[in-house]
Amino acid sequence: MVIFVARRLGVMVLTALVLTFIVFFLTNLPPNLEKLARTEGSVRMTDEAVASWIEGNGHGGSVFTRYSEWLGIAPGWVITDEKGVTRGRCIDNGVTAEDAPRFCGILQGDWGFSTFSKEPVIAFLGEKLAATGWLMLFVMLVMVPVSLLMGVLSGMREGSRTDRVLSSAAIATTATPEYVSGVILVAVFASATTGLSPMLKEWGWIETNTLFMGTATSAERGFTFWNFGLPVLTIALYGIGYIARMTRASMTEVMTQQYIRTARLKGVAFKDVVMRHALRNALIAPFTVIMLQFPWLLNGVVIVETLFNYKGFGWTLVQAAGNNDIELLLGCSVVAVFVVLVTQLISDIGYVFLNPRIRLS
Amino acid sequence: MDTELSWGPIFARMALQFLPVWVALIATFAVSIHFRRRLGLYGKLFDSPVGMLGFGLVMFWVFTALFANLIITHDPLGQLSGLKNAVPGSALQDTKGDTLYPYYLLGGDSLARDVFSRMVMGARRVLAIAPAATAFAFMIGITLGLPAGYLGGKLDTVLSFIANLVLAFPVILLFYLLVTPEIKDAGYLFTVNLFGAEGSWRASIPNVMAATLFLFPIIFLTILFNSRYFTNPPMRNLYVGITLLIGFWAYSGLAFNADPTGIFSMDPNLLNVFVSVVFVNAPTVFRIVRGIVMDLKARDYVAAGQTRGEGPWYIMLWEILPNARGPLIVDFCLRIGYTTILLGTLGFFGLGVSPESPDWGSTINSGRKLLTLFPHPAVAPALALMSLVLGLNLLADGLREESLKD
Repeated sequence: MVIFVARRLGVMVLTALVLTFIVFFLTNLPPNLEKLARTEGSVRMTDEAVASWIEGNGHGGSVFTRYSEWLGIAPGWVITDEKGVTRGRCIDNGVTAEDAPRFCGILQGDWGFSTFSKEPVIAFLGEKLAATGWLMLFVMLVMVPVSLLMGVLSGMREGSRTDRVLSSAAIATTATPEYVSGVILVAVFASATTGLSPMLKEWGWIETNTLFMGTATSAERGFTFWNFGLPVLTIALYGIGYIARMTRASMTEVMTQQYIRTARLKGVAFKDVVMRHALRNALIAPFTVIMLQFPWLLNGVVIVETLFNYKGFGWTLVQAAGNNDIELLLGCSVVAVFVVLVTQLISDIGYVFLNPRIRLS
Repeated sequence: MDTELSWGPIFARMALQFLPVWVALIATFAVSIHFRRRLGLYGKLFDSPVGMLGFGLVMFWVFTALFANLIITHDPLGQLSGLKNAVPGSALQDTKGDTLYPYYLLGGDSLARDVFSRMVMGARRVLAIAPAATAFAFMIGITLGLPAGYLGGKLDTVLSFIANLVLAFPVILLFYLLVTPEIKDAGYLFTVNLFGAEGSWRASIPNVMAATLFLFPIIFLTILFNSRYFTNPPMRNLYVGITLLIGFWAYSGLAFNADPTGIFSMDPNLLNVFVSVVFVNAPTVFRIVRGIVMDLKARDYVAAGQTRGEGPWYIMLWEILPNARGPLIVDFCLRIGYTTILLGTLGFFGLGVSPESPDWGSTINSGRKLLTLFPHPAVAPALALMSLVLGLNLLADGLREESLKD
């Protein structure tokens, strides 16, 4: 078990290094740096001025050196220009060149400065991650119980009418990506001109123009069912179908096992067979699936935060990419890669831990 | 003339516009159901209601894409005054002496274009890219997955690591990094002077990826024919020759934009989108193929082939692959749906497609700004995309059920 975890960790670190390097390489392509020079310097810079700006701000040199500096395993660049002013990667305002640390990369906790939000990346990103954390929490609270229940109910009696109905619902939700379900939900529940809202208003059931709110911007100050319901539902819907189908497959397999037949022949009530004998074994596979859904949720989060204008991690990623904010985009990538790899690790370890056949061998 | 149609006449008129599609659908179903006993797995599909429903939905959009020119009521890019954000069923103020269709059946979008015609034309865009991209991803996944699973060892370790690397990348981040306008300008510019004709090719990341990924179909087909007709050199030379000739002809056009005849060429934006989608899908196919091969290689018929002295590529491509076709066909259907969703995602973020493009993702994107006031420009393509993906999922489900009955 220890060797297994150690090996997995080793591969994970290697993967993280390669992935962050790829992101670093792709965000620091020469055209991106030229664009950065023109936005930070002036738009009318000559090509020579752009080249010297890039050189003078530590973006010259080989990509490997810059990556190591960014990571914090190589000393940060220090340049003294002709006026005698020393500037460097680690020399911030208020710190003299002598006092500045030699290393300052993400490993030292220095994630750089965001040109988009005009504040340190780590502070900005932390705040946005907290907002997304709440969204994720509610999504999980909706998605996991609903999908497990759907999967268990339909897998309990394969081919029954309940199974047919629930399976069709599951297929339908997997065919509905977030940007489709979001649009449909808004049209039905949060449009002043179509859907349910005009009807409800006419009947005097709601005070406002729409039943749900079409944007979740107000949720940043405090969420209510009416401003947070649609974003949460939109993300959860796509995942529900997938997890439910996995749970159903796992449940049907367990229900054909010998020990279930034994329990039934022993005269145990069907309810108890499901609850005591089948459920625990059937939930091993969905556990890994739920963990592996996190990277998927990331996708959904980006779409939904853009659609509902909720300023969280996904919104930040879109803004960083759209505004050529290299440091912020790198920060976002580190978080995304970290989330993906950690969930993979947890799902692997969890699978071994939950499955006695693997655990004991 | 009345100014607005109600929903009944709107649906009736839409059904009438889709007439070529209905005719083609009925013909397909009639012929298929009549000959279903002789059509193998495809014929068995018509035994399952779910599969038939899925097949019907998919074929509906395939025929819509084919007959799009007959179905559309207006120019998908044409703007008519007075119909900005018009509600569904709005009548045209000026039909130009009855030369124009008198209604915007599903209303107008924020640029006063016909939503219905754009939705129909969008089907053509989506169905031109999604199946082709999926097929490419499959050829790559199969070409690499077969040896990884069959031979194992170092090759497997390296390929699996790379596949897991791509899979660990959040898709949306990868798209934002790969499908930006800047990326096309980065890289060394090669200029070639061939018999007086100047040509240039930039070693940008999408171009290099295209040059690499587009090689795989040629490699796949060459190995496929070479291993099959190895013992019959004239046949082998014929098939491999044809593959290489057509393959490299298409390759020069698609990857290098250097096809002298101009038949094969791809818009740089489209190439970028295409390559990214293939790149995201290929590792999953690789993993599936590798898994199946590792399961199948212990079977008796593989051992028999080895005893007969068959080469490893013959065993992989002509013994194992045909036996793995069931799950692969099912996954192919699911994956086209997934690719459609990915293309929609790209369009939704406005990546890699021109704003005029009628594809569903971009239309949803442009419609979402006024979503709470005028939902119809976004809802129409949203429902279209959903029904196509649903059809593909149901089709895959039907195929899985029927192939398990063997």
